[in-house]
Amino acid sequence: MENILTINNLTKKFGYLTAVKDLSFTIQKGNVYGILGPNGSGKSTTLGIVLNVVNKTNGDFHWFDGNINTHEALKKVGAIIERPNFYPYMTAEQNLKLVCKIKGVSTDKINEKLEVVGLLDRKNSKFRTYSLGMKQRLAIASALLNDPEILILDEPTNGLDPQGIHQIRQIIKDIAANGTTILLASHLLDEVEKVCSHVVVLRKGEKLYSGRVDEMINSHGFFELKTEKQSELISILEDHKLFDKIKTEDDLVTAFLNEPMSASEFNQLMFDKGIVLSHLVKRKESLEEQFLQLTDNLN
Amino acid sequence: MIRLIQLELQKLWLNRTSKILIFVSFILPFTVLVLSSIKINFFGFFTLELGELGIFNFPIIWHITTFCASYFKFFFAIVVVSMIGNEYSNKTLKQNLIDGLSKKEFILSKFYTIVFFSLAATLLIGLATFCIGMYYSSYTEATIVFREVEFLLAYFVKLVGFFSLCLFFGMLLKRSAFALAFLFILYIVEWLVFWGAYEIFDSADKAFQVKNFMPLESMYKLIDQPFQRVVMTKFPDKAELGYDYAVHFSEVAIVIGWTALFIFLSYRLLKKRDL
Repeated sequence: MENILTINNLTKKFGYLTAVKDLSFTIQKGNVYGILGPNGSGKSTTLGIVLNVVNKTNGDFHWFDGNINTHEALKKVGAIIERPNFYPYMTAEQNLKLVCKIKGVSTDKINEKLEVVGLLDRKNSKFRTYSLGMKQRLAIASALLNDPEILILDEPTNGLDPQGIHQIRQIIKDIAANGTTILLASHLLDEVEKVCSHVVVLRKGEKLYSGRVDEMINSHGFFELKTEKQSELISILEDHKLFDKIKTEDDLVTAFLNEPMSASEFNQLMFDKGIVLSHLVKRKESLEEQFLQLTDNLN
Repeated sequence: MIRLIQLELQKLWLNRTSKILIFVSFILPFTVLVLSSIKINFFGFFTLELGELGIFNFPIIWHITTFCASYFKFFFAIVVVSMIGNEYSNKTLKQNLIDGLSKKEFILSKFYTIVFFSLAATLLIGLATFCIGMYYSSYTEATIVFREVEFLLAYFVKLVGFFSLCLFFGMLLKRSAFALAFLFILYIVEWLVFWGAYEIFDSADKAFQVKNFMPLESMYKLIDQPFQRVVMTKFPDKAELGYDYAVHFSEVAIVIGWTALFIFLSYRLLKKRDL
């Protein structure tokens, strides 16, 4: 598969603080990646380094096949970091024209991209008159101007209201559906879960996990169970080698699976043992639960 | 190169404040020049015609106009300083780099713009001086007309040097107001250097020689004040008035050296900095 970005042993120190520690991962074409981590885990610093605005301390990275300069490569990249930065005294259209000139692409696509983010009717308003949501959408339009090979978004929904968050997510999903590679940094787990296929988990500048979201934790899911014969159920579950952990919360029993088993198989098994379930749900851990497990394991 | 100048011109031209300042820095010296060349009648009490003083004669006119016009460089200096300050405060510098501009291109686009405006200012002043001179001057032979046009070159080098200094201060301090304050501080520092050199050598001449190497003084020295020269022409027999007002190659070289250093340092600063 074609590599878009390769990072090898990247380290960044701000004085005594190590923001990124020996980080390596690869971004491949066509996937949607999430960089996940709590605040201050080095997400923005990592993106800053590959985007040519932060100097690395050690290690290296290269874009595409490694034969072009970073700033040349960035002309094929679309990126938004933290807050939308434009010239407040220029209109949306003038701002985008400037970006076109920097990227060396024609200005034909300005209207098309403004249409994508729903700002076409406001293109002649000055940037400083925009609301935060509109600014963020303009930033996305600007990042799309060159039809980028990869779109990098750093906390794109930060500070937006629910409606704005929904709009931005919809736009990101549409772009992903077109086959554009996306790298999305966020501390909002459900955001990453909804959009990404691959994930890199960082904590204190170190990589905890990188790979597919659904393989993040080797887990076969768990059952949530309710029955009138709770104590019998628990003793059966404890004797059975299929389950490694059983939790009880009031009348809800949660049993974690060791190996794959479908809900109907389990129901049959219980019925054979003479237990009638009043509640049976099979679930997988949400990304949030997986993430917390992953970060907890190291504590 | 054209692309980089276009970029910067768009940034400047769409900003109302810088547009006004650019306008002022071009139009004002022009107006002053034209106004001073016409006969001014003070409500019938007396008439003032500077042309009568002989200051619009070739070749001294080159000296006088470039000297006076160079004071208007402060207006454009504000533009230079704010074009860096704004990039930092709007964080557009960061965005420009992310969009694919290299740090070198960023500095070059500013520098090219400085050269572009300096060149435009020089050509304008050159043209205006030529026209006024042709109108007033007692001598219009080509050899005399084009004697001392090197003052134009000095004017150009002086502008580029001064704006490069402003560019460097802007990059260093990130804030326009601080950068302008630093210009004033540098002015004081240069006098402190003069004072220090005077203490060491115990001679004002030697101390001035040291000060001539400092950025602001070296730029000022490119075009010496012309008034003494005007007086000299009125009293040709007073030898103690004589001074060296010519543009020297060494003076030009010092300023070009400073310019190169300021641009290089600006680049180094940007390269080292995490944005």
